[in-house]
Amino acid sequence: MLSFIGRRLLQAMFVLLIISFVSFMIQDKMGDPVRQMVGQSVTLEQREALQQELGLNDPMLIQYGRFLGRAIQGDLGTSYYYKEPTIDVIASRLPATLELSFAALVLVILLAIPLGVFAAIHPKNLLSRAVLLFSTLGLSVPIFIVAVFLMYFFAIEWGILPSFGRGETTSVFGLWQSGLFNRDGLRHLLLPSLSLAFVLTPIFIRLIRAEMTDVLQSDYIRYAWAKGISAPRIYFIHALKNTMLPVITVGGIQLGTLVAYTILTESIFQWPGMGLLFMDAVTRVDVPLISTYLIFVGVIFVVTNTLVDVVYSLVNPRVRIPGYS
Amino acid sequence: MTTETLQAPAPRTPLQEFWHYFKGNKGAVTGLVFILIVCFMALFADIVAPHSPSDQARDALLLPPAWMDGGNWAYFLGTDDVGRDILSRIIHGARLSLSVGLVAVTASLMMGILMGLVAGYCKGVVDTIIMRIVDIMLAMPSLLLAIAIVAILGPSIVNAALAISIVSLPHYVRLTRAATMAEMSRDYVTSSRVIGASPLRLMFVCILPNCVAPLIVQATLGFSTAILDMAALGFLGLGAQPPTPEWGSMLADALQFVQRAWWVVTFPGLMILLTVLAFNLMGDGLRDALDPKLKQ
Repeated sequence: MLSFIGRRLLQAMFVLLIISFVSFMIQDKMGDPVRQMVGQSVTLEQREALQQELGLNDPMLIQYGRFLGRAIQGDLGTSYYYKEPTIDVIASRLPATLELSFAALVLVILLAIPLGVFAAIHPKNLLSRAVLLFSTLGLSVPIFIVAVFLMYFFAIEWGILPSFGRGETTSVFGLWQSGLFNRDGLRHLLLPSLSLAFVLTPIFIRLIRAEMTDVLQSDYIRYAWAKGISAPRIYFIHALKNTMLPVITVGGIQLGTLVAYTILTESIFQWPGMGLLFMDAVTRVDVPLISTYLIFVGVIFVVTNTLVDVVYSLVNPRVRIPGYS
Repeated sequence: MTTETLQAPAPRTPLQEFWHYFKGNKGAVTGLVFILIVCFMALFADIVAPHSPSDQARDALLLPPAWMDGGNWAYFLGTDDVGRDILSRIIHGARLSLSVGLVAVTASLMMGILMGLVAGYCKGVVDTIIMRIVDIMLAMPSLLLAIAIVAILGPSIVNAALAISIVSLPHYVRLTRAATMAEMSRDYVTSSRVIGASPLRLMFVCILPNCVAPLIVQATLGFSTAILDMAALGFLGLGAQPPTPEWGSMLADALQFVQRAWWVVTFPGLMILLTVLAFNLMGDGLRDALDPKLKQ
C-alpha cells in the first residue's frame, strides 16, 4: 500500500515538474522582461548590463532552476497588468471559481443520480427514453450555447435572474468573499452554475445508468430480491453503493473538465473568477499570469487525480499491483 | 417426386455485414445522412450559397428569417449586424469546420497510431517513455491545454487546428497501444515473425489492420470533439479571426444583438449542435456495427 502511494506521489511530482517547465518556457519565449522594465529609451549597453544582472544570459537549465526555487517559495512572478504577485491575484479570484464549481457539482449530483438510477430501473419507461435522449443531446451541445440561451430567456426575455457578475458578497472571516450567504449572490450564481451543470450531467447520467444496469443483473442483487428486501433499499443502498465506485473515478477526472469549462462560463457571465482572469490575461498578453494560472490548475488537477487514485486503491486493492489493468 | 435443392445463402462480405448492423440503428443512419448533406454543402459552398459570405447588404441589416414579418426570401435565414447573409455564412462555415476537423483528426490519428504501435510493439523503455508523455498530456484538461497552446502560438485557425490535434493525441495512442498489445500475443503475429517478417511489416501490415475498428470509432467521435473545441476557441476569439465565417465566432460576434435579433445567434448554434450530434450518433452506430461484442 505504502509503495503504491509512494509511486503515485513520485509520478505526481514528475508531472508537476513538467508542467512547471512548460510554464517556464512560456515565460521565457513570450515576454522580454528587460523591455517590460525599461522600455525603448535605453542604450544597448545598459540593456545588456541589465540582462547580465538579471541572469538572462545564463544557460536555460540554470534559469529554470532559479525559477523553480522561487516557485517553491510561492513566487511565480508579478503580473504586468495588476502589478501584484500573480499568486495573490489568482488567490483573490479563487473563491468565485470554487463556489461556482461547487454549486455546479451539487446540481450535477442532484440531477444525475435520480435520473440515471431511474433510467436503469425502468429502461422501457417513456421518461427514461426522454432522459437518454436528453443526455445524447446534452453531450453534443456546446456550453456557450446553453449559457447564451439560459441568459436570453431568464435574464432578457423574462427578466427574473441577473445576467452577469457575482452580485453582493459577504466576507467570511475576512479571507473569503462569499456569495453563498445572501439572496442576491445566490441569484447571480444560479444561471452560471446551471449552464456548467448542463454540460456535465449527461456524462454522469449515462455512466450511472450503464453501471446500475450491470449491477442490477449481478448475483448479489438477485439474492437480495430473494431475501425479500424492499425495492428502495435494494436500489438505493445495495446497488447504488457499487455503482458509485466508477462514478467517483470519472468524477475526479471530470473535475478538470469543470475547471476548463469555467473559462467559457465565466467569460459569458462575466463571473469574476480565475477563468475570466485567465482570458483577460490572454488578451493582454500578461505572460506571468498565464503561466501561473496553468501551474495553478495543473496542481489542482494532479492533486485531485492522485487523491482519487489513492482512494480508489483503498476501495479496490487490485489496482495496486503494477501492470494490472 | 421432385427434389428441391436448397442453396446455402452466400456468406456476407465484411462490408455487407457492417452495413447490415449499421442500418438497423436509425439514429446512426440519420447522422450519416446529415453529415453527407453538410459535406455536400461544404464542398460546393460557392454554388450552393445564395450570397458571398462577406457581402454586406447595407440596406438589409439584421433582417429576420424569410418566414417572419419583414423577412426577405433572398435572405432565407436573415442577415447579421452588417447585412451578411446568415445562410451563406453557415454554408461556408461548414467548409471551415469540416476541414479543421479533418486536418485535426488526421494529424492526431497518424501521430497517435505511430506512437501507439511503437509503444505496444517495442514495450520496455520506449513504451514507458511514450506512455509517460501521454499521461502528462492527460494531466491537463484538454480544452484548457488547447487554449494554452493557442495563447502561446497566437490566435489563428491553423494554430487552433494544431492545438486540437495535439490535445486529442493521447486517446489514439492509448487505443492503438492497447489493441497492439492484444494482437501481439496472437498466433498469426508469431508465425509471421517466425517466417521472418521485418518489424515494420509486422507493425503496419500484420497488426495495424486488426486494430482499425476502435480507431475508426474514436476518429468519428474525435470529429465531434474537434468541431466543439473549434467552436469554443472561435467563441473565445482564439480561433478564426473576424471576417472568416466560422460558427463559433459568428455566435460570439452576434452575442450583443441577441436581444433584438435571436436568429443571428440561434442558427449558428443550431448548426454546431446538429453537426456534433450527427457525428456522435454515427460514432455510436459505428461502434455497435464494428464491434458486435460490445453490444451484448
